[in-house]
Amino acid sequence: MKSFTYERVDTPAAATAAFARTKGSRYIAGGTNLLDLMKLEIETPGHLIDISRLALDKIEPTPEGGLRIGAMVRNTDLAADARVRRDYGLVSRALVAGASGQLRNKATTAGNLLQRTRCPYFYDPNQPCNKRNPGSGCAAIGGFSRLHAVVGASEACIATHPSDMAVAMQALDAAVETVDAAGKTRSIALADFYRPPGTTPHLENMLAPGELITGVTLPKPVGGIHIYHKVRDRASYAFALISVGAIVQPDGSGRVALGGVAYKPWRVKAAEAEMPRGAKAVATALLAGAKTSHENAYKLPLVERTLAGVLMQARG
Amino acid sequence: MALPDEFSISRRGLLAAGAASVAAASASSSVAEAQSRPLADPPPTAKLRFDVNGTAHDLELDTRTTLLDALREHLHLSGTKKGCDHGQCGACTVIVDGRRINSCLTLAVMHDGEKITTIEGLGTPDKMHAMQEAFVAHDGFQCGYCTPGQICSAVAVLDEIKAGIPSHVTADLTAAPTVTNMEIRERMSGNICRCGAYPNIVAAIGDVAGVKA
Ligand SMILES: Cc1cc2nc3c(=O)[nH]c(=O)nc-3n(C[C@H](O)[C@H](O)[C@H](O)COP(=O)(O)OP(=O)(O)OC[C@H]3O[C@@H](n4cnc5c(N)ncnc54)[C@H](O)[C@@H]3O)c2cc1C
Ligand code: SF4
Repeated sequence: MKSFTYERVDTPAAATAAFARTKGSRYIAGGTNLLDLMKLEIETPGHLIDISRLALDKIEPTPEGGLRIGAMVRNTDLAADARVRRDYGLVSRALVAGASGQLRNKATTAGNLLQRTRCPYFYDPNQPCNKRNPGSGCAAIGGFSRLHAVVGASEACIATHPSDMAVAMQALDAAVETVDAAGKTRSIALADFYRPPGTTPHLENMLAPGELITGVTLPKPVGGIHIYHKVRDRASYAFALISVGAIVQPDGSGRVALGGVAYKPWRVKAAEAEMPRGAKAVATALLAGAKTSHENAYKLPLVERTLAGVLMQARG
Repeated sequence: MALPDEFSISRRGLLAAGAASVAAASASSSVAEAQSRPLADPPPTAKLRFDVNGTAHDLELDTRTTLLDALREHLHLSGTKKGCDHGQCGACTVIVDGRRINSCLTLAVMHDGEKITTIEGLGTPDKMHAMQEAFVAHDGFQCGYCTPGQICSAVAVLDEIKAGIPSHVTADLTAAPTVTNMEIRERMSGNICRCGAYPNIVAAIGDVAGVKA
């Protein structure tokens, strides 16, 4: 690990000011992704700003009837919150399908959204990777691509976003709230939060340098049956090959977001219109234009069959 | 006792600083600047105080020191084990302010003022914790390397179920979870045992919870 200086801050304003003051700064929350990458020297901040004790650790109702989840709410606490379990079951389900009890106790809402890909070449400094080292190439294209994206990818990068929680939040139309050093706040729909890889896969989201996530808002509950089905290489404690997050209403309408297929949770409005017509119609619309390698082509039928199972489960 | 330890750390820091200056050419400019400190400069340190197993400790550590390394290398509490050092195996599990975490994926300095319980603090050979006794009674290990992490995790798992925290296998999200074989297995999945002592580990945890798992 490269050496770094460290400071802990008490307020969001102190956090953004510290970031603006010191070159090479990075925020650290739970640290479960950042430190992992720092040990491998894939991340090399010169200064860490510890935001883990900011008072952004509350889950509060919004005037619109939704919930505002503080950026520092731990994954365990979010999954266990009574309102989340009752009204946003998809979020609880997705969270407890991810990582381990120990990791969820540390991982934060903001850190979870910003965790980086699990592409094995990204983790291996000996391999070309445009995300880690812009312009060096992409070892996954034509390489071991079993885990990689089938939609939304580019010639430069075919990595997927590994978060389970984000899949649920996208299905629920969540928005990310931020503040910058000037004190300006904004809200970014999660659907627009992740940047398509294009020719710049090292730029992963819409945050400006130093912009701090303060929370995530969920609109008022939409009802329905919430199911998160994650398919992985072992029964627990593994990242998704693909996942399906679905909200199914009694009349058969609903919402579907996919994990493990793209650089962000994948949701297509036109596909949701097909919900009453069944899994094949929905999967076809969701994965229209898919580009696969022989190693990840299995994801297309896997999505359809997982979705079929989810819809059957929703019918009871 | 403390001297040779600090010596070895600053030596390691010097080696790291040397490596950093070699790598700086490929790093971004801001990072390069942070790393362009002269080689003779010691790496940045931070002061902290935390409570480990009921004893307060004041430390000044290289900021890079993980909680795991602070416990093992500086406080010589070697019960907590280093397995993968990347949060994938659970051997380093300790309990901080009542919650289990991977001590390898967190910086010691981030725990200033907190209360840490390691396997040494759960019980002693003469006065074992109920979970330690159960692991012995059920033969919940073979080589024993993952065991301190398994036991710390197991103690916290029963607390988590008591606190109503759901898991991946909890059928009804709105009902209180109970201690079952499946619940224990799912909740303990962050602790890998290469010897495969899982059935006995589950039995030991069930025993402490008063159920046949
Ligand atoms: C072994 C293992 C298995 C895992 N399995 C899964 C899994 O199955 N599913 C899954 O979804 N995840 C999984 N994870 C990933 C885990 O969910 C993430 O590591 C965690 O959510 C990151 O949160 P954190 O608070 O620790 O982030 P940190 O590591 O602290 O930060 C991550 C990034 O976010 C930035 N950041 C943090 N907070 C803010 C903020 N408020 N504003 C701006 N920037 C911020 C940091 O600068 C950093 O770049 C796994 C991790 C491990 C180690
Ligand atoms: S898929 Fe993306 S992250 Fe993986 S090697 Fe290619 S550029 Fe890097």
